[in-house]
Amino acid sequence: MARSTRDGAPARGVTMLAVQVEKHLGEFALDVAFTSESRATALFGPSGAGKTSLINMIAGLLRPDRGRVEIDGEVLFDSAAQTDVPAWRRRIGYVFQEGRLFPHFTVRHNLEYGRWVGGHKSDPAAFKHVVELLDIGHLLDRRPGKLSGGERQRIAVGRALLMQPRLLLLDEPLASLDSARKRDILPYLERLRDEARVPMIYVSHNATEVKLIASRVVWLDDGKVTATGGVERLDAAQVDMLA
Amino acid sequence: MALSLRVAAISTVVALPFGIIIAMLLARGSFWGKSLLDAVVHLPLVLPPVVTGYLLLISLGRKAPLGAFLADHFGIVFSFRWTGAALACGVMAFPLLVRAIRLSIEAIDRKLEDAAATLGANRGWTFMTVTLPLALPGIIAGMMLAFARALGEFGATITFVSNIPGETQTISAAIYSLIQVPGGDADALKLVFISVVICFAALLSSEWLARRATARLHGA
Repeated sequence: MARSTRDGAPARGVTMLAVQVEKHLGEFALDVAFTSESRATALFGPSGAGKTSLINMIAGLLRPDRGRVEIDGEVLFDSAAQTDVPAWRRRIGYVFQEGRLFPHFTVRHNLEYGRWVGGHKSDPAAFKHVVELLDIGHLLDRRPGKLSGGERQRIAVGRALLMQPRLLLLDEPLASLDSARKRDILPYLERLRDEARVPMIYVSHNATEVKLIASRVVWLDDGKVTATGGVERLDAAQVDMLA
Repeated sequence: MALSLRVAAISTVVALPFGIIIAMLLARGSFWGKSLLDAVVHLPLVLPPVVTGYLLLISLGRKAPLGAFLADHFGIVFSFRWTGAALACGVMAFPLLVRAIRLSIEAIDRKLEDAAATLGANRGWTFMTVTLPLALPGIIAGMMLAFARALGEFGATITFVSNIPGETQTISAAIYSLIQVPGGDADALKLVFISVVICFAALLSSEWLARRATARLHGA
């Protein structure tokens, strides 16, 4: 088992997620390698740095030109071995920037969707736990069209959690909200990190959010990793730079 | 009259699954011969109906190889039967059906399908639970258009299966026959009135159904 990933990170058992991918998207070239072992890692960088493309490749929604994606020792993508596990079999939860709730289902059916298509038995305890964690009990019979932006994002988080993912990807989940709504939701995300026991990759260009949520940061700029380190390295200068 | 309704309804219902498959292929597929398929599907819309009917006759008539094969091996006979009238109507209505469904599939936000995939839905599940329900207003509209078109079909039907009272004489053919007979005007007018009412009802109900389906999608 003393295998190591290409960028020299520790082998299975310690490594949660190991990513090394290359992708050309028109003029833009992405070439990124990082590992994440902590409970909450942030991908931090300005718009256009390639953050969303990168997590789409982790989720299996975008195919890298070359590289390898590995989670808990299981290879999800390996261009050399021609491995490419389809998105629907990766068990990676994804909270999209715009929520992407199913408009034709009620909130309850949105939350239950992952369990339903996965053919799992209903788990009232897990359902209740997530509903209480995110405080969405009063919304269950509504349709997404009637929800506020903040409510929608909480449902999107709940929906991703209830498919029992081994990793949760959050792509700027607060970007579409005004600052008052952001302050409402941040505590839920902190609770999520502390109580849900699912490791998170948190994508953001907002230093305040990242400081609150993440413990480790991977800096991305122009398709490259420029630095990695603890969240304490986020300083005021960078906040101004990216604001 | 009842025959017309049956012919139009059956042709629409039988054409529906094929319409959805072809619409899906045209909206989402990228394959060699896609524009050819698109052209073939739309052909009945631009060809003179008599030509379509004649093509059906020479390909599916009793004496044609394909028609004989179907009759001998499956007992399916189209020529001079009401089934043939339904086939002719279905072929004529098919472009309208495909077009409406295709447009509604193209309007679906594919990001929702990506979301379904991350939640563990394979392509089949995604289609059944996301794509199809979101395309529903277009499917309803397409079915109603196809139904109304099938009800009014004349040229292809009369060429393919003739005008046999009780077997292949649809409402349009009956009106035509009545107008040819001295003193048939009154009966013809009755049928004209009925067909206007049916088509009007079909259009209104499709509008209503589609609006209801759309409202459901947007969370009413």
